[in-house]
Amino acid sequence: MGSGVSTQHHFAFQNAEKAFKAAALIQRWYRRYMARLEMRRHCTWSIFQSIEYAGQQDQVKLHNFFSYLVDHFTPSSHNENPGTKPSGRDAGAAFGNELPESLRHLPHSLRDFLNRMFTEERSPQDSEMENCRDYESIEVPDSYTGPRLSFPLLPDHATALVEAFRVKQRLHARYVLNLLYEARKHLVQLPNINRVSTCYNEEITVCGDLHGQLDDLIFIFYKNGLPSPERAYVFNGDFVDRGKDSVEILMVLFAFMLVYPKEFHLNRGNHEDHMVNLRYGFTKEVMHKYKTHGKKILKLLQDVFCWFPLATLVDEKVLILHGGVSDMTDLEFLAKLDRHKIVSTMRCKTRKEHKKQAEKGKANQTSSAGRPSPWFLPESHSLPTSPLRPSSQKAHRAGRSSSVPCRVPLDPNELSHWVRHSVDLELERCRQQAGFPVIKEKEEPLPLASEADSEAEGRPEPTQEAWRQVVDILWSDPMAQAGCKANTVRGGGCYFGPNVTERLLQKYNLQFLIRSHECKPEGYEFCHGRKVLTIFSASNYYEVGSNRGAYVKLGPALTPHIVQFQANKATHTLTMRQRISRVGESALRALREKLFAHSSDLLVEFKKRDKDKTGLITLSDWAAAVESVLHLGLPWRMLRPQLVSSLTDNKLEYKSWLKNLAKEQFSHENIQSSLLEALYRNRSNLETIFRIIDSDHSGFISLDEFRQTWKLFSSHMNIDVTDDCICDLARSIDFNKDGHIDINEFLEAFRLVEQSCSKGYASDC
Amino acid sequence: MSQIIQWIEIGTIIRSLGCCPSEGELHDLIAEVEEEEPTGYIRFEKFLPVMTEVLLERRYRPIPEDILLRAFEVLDPAKHGFLSKEELIKYMTEEGEPFSQEEMEEMLSAAIDPESNSVHYKDYITMMVIDEN
Repeated sequence: MGSGVSTQHHFAFQNAEKAFKAAALIQRWYRRYMARLEMRRHCTWSIFQSIEYAGQQDQVKLHNFFSYLVDHFTPSSHNENPGTKPSGRDAGAAFGNELPESLRHLPHSLRDFLNRMFTEERSPQDSEMENCRDYESIEVPDSYTGPRLSFPLLPDHATALVEAFRVKQRLHARYVLNLLYEARKHLVQLPNINRVSTCYNEEITVCGDLHGQLDDLIFIFYKNGLPSPERAYVFNGDFVDRGKDSVEILMVLFAFMLVYPKEFHLNRGNHEDHMVNLRYGFTKEVMHKYKTHGKKILKLLQDVFCWFPLATLVDEKVLILHGGVSDMTDLEFLAKLDRHKIVSTMRCKTRKEHKKQAEKGKANQTSSAGRPSPWFLPESHSLPTSPLRPSSQKAHRAGRSSSVPCRVPLDPNELSHWVRHSVDLELERCRQQAGFPVIKEKEEPLPLASEADSEAEGRPEPTQEAWRQVVDILWSDPMAQAGCKANTVRGGGCYFGPNVTERLLQKYNLQFLIRSHECKPEGYEFCHGRKVLTIFSASNYYEVGSNRGAYVKLGPALTPHIVQFQANKATHTLTMRQRISRVGESALRALREKLFAHSSDLLVEFKKRDKDKTGLITLSDWAAAVESVLHLGLPWRMLRPQLVSSLTDNKLEYKSWLKNLAKEQFSHENIQSSLLEALYRNRSNLETIFRIIDSDHSGFISLDEFRQTWKLFSSHMNIDVTDDCICDLARSIDFNKDGHIDINEFLEAFRLVEQSCSKGYASDC
Repeated sequence: MSQIIQWIEIGTIIRSLGCCPSEGELHDLIAEVEEEEPTGYIRFEKFLPVMTEVLLERRYRPIPEDILLRAFEVLDPAKHGFLSKEELIKYMTEEGEPFSQEEMEEMLSAAIDPESNSVHYKDYITMMVIDEN
């Protein structure tokens, strides 16, 4: 019947409508759930990134500390002060005979280090790297089962090397040095800007930061194919630090570079820098894996790093460099400068110029005028144009923007030159200690005269400009807003806007820019109207599940084709929910630790907002207080539920909250909490200092050295600790009471090694 | 001050502020806050007053657990207590405001019990709700 059919239809329609509505409801609910997850992911990301960049700012503090020491350390041309310990140097070198009282107690090793880094050593011998063939004398025992290399390398050797590392073998120091030596020979011939052209069939794959994560490199080769004459690769810097297999990555990259010199290209990154390596784990990894020859390897690497090309240009159209560009970037200038002179982008003060002036009989300039200005210093030493002083921003923006603040001309004898000097001296000392004959080399002519003259005339120093240009391309980050301003987060390079990119591309007739340097959740990111591509190849960089890695293939007409990956099987099986919650936990842990490290300052801020002394503050006040102390720019109110568990009347009892934070962190109840706080806050600097003091890389420093250094550091940083405290601390760490502290044990005892970091040798996450 | 900038979709922001709009409602809301000539970006000055009103009016309230359960039950008229994987896919990708493939895959990864290849929706809802808090 009609009505029956229509009723059926009616019901059917009603049911369909109900199903439609039900589905819509479920979808609506689900999308909201996912959005909240997404928000959590963004928060976690912010935490990781802000902590990472805050760590980079620690480097500034460290340099500040060293400069403060240098300020009181005046070298002279007289003989060594008989009151000081002999340094074992040549007669030509000299120390101050006017050492202030405070510095007489400077640990010997630290003084040595400062001496090496901050003053020029005059040496009759200047051993050339080319003759550093130490490796030939290194014996490889028959029991060695690892890969063996012979030169010239063949493609099979390179492939075999990858395979050997995949099964966790280790390359013998002799072959490491040999490979480095050969790599250096090759790199020296390359221009600053490597020009690459694609033939019709050739494909080019560009990879970003690897940071010691060998799994990712192996994965890329597995998925994309090994390098070959038909398959070109460009690796865009930051091969080392943080991850645990930086050595192996370098070996593989160098091997393929030697095997396919025309198709395999490497750019320098800001981590290809021995100063950065001290802090971020590469130095530690090398010394751990190569106890006997590690130092030699590090010295050679120091030189190899500055021979990396600065950029790669594909078909004159696509520019590949590690960081970015600035409004002053000049490719022609970059192509011509002496890149080898830029040993480290972390600059230090030097008094060398002082000494040179004296020697040349020129008018003695006062220390402040003659001293080249340090790049990073944020405080009294810095000049008005320092990127780290907000008041200077105007002046800064008026002129140029990025890195070098110096008003006075730089010392004509470029920092890198005497660093190289001191490196050579170190090598020489190594050799002498090892019993090798001293090699008499012709003294390398020091380019003094002309540069000194130009400096006296006040003309801008070419090498200073060179240094600035290099820092810009290794450290800069793109930003959304137009313009170009100093990169205060990183402490070097600049933030460059879309107009800067556009101008550069037009000026040099380029299509787009490929850079790395920044971790991205998807492993890549386009910006500036798809004119800038960030490519990052270290997956799970912050934590398992934190991000994907990616590489880009340039196809015909150089169109980019992105491939993403995540080199951890476990993450594939986790749901997004699980991935995000894992990452979130470790980020929160790191954040809680940071909060603990600033307990005293936080208490002060809380009290300020608790005028009635109720012991309680509102959540808004809490958020404001925390941000004013930590300066991390995080959404504190969103994070609040994870950081503050209980509330009284919608307010927070701050004293007990701080106490709980402390309880989570450490187990040494007998150590004064303010001291611990200070240790936590400065731990990355402390670790770097320890490694510097431990100049023979034994892993031990003496109690005395520790005490003295800590005393100096804390007085400089205005950390209030008594002598007794330090002694107690030192003694409590000396577990076997032999007057020496095992660095790693010390760090471990106070959980100063980042526990959430699953990587073996990273000292900072 | 931190310079870290992340690109976040406006829909994500609105949803994490406690609202639960449908895609259509979201679309309308975005149209309200967009520029006259859409740039792809939303300006905060425009967003704030609109969003404030939405929040004060308590618009787009989240869905209570029991209503959600009933929605699943509508799709499961035989009252089995579960939906098969195929059924779930069919409803989510063909009805309502269909899921993208990515959304569907993500939901399946958490919802589907691999042994039975189905979703026991009561347990699923309970799990998701706990997870949120």
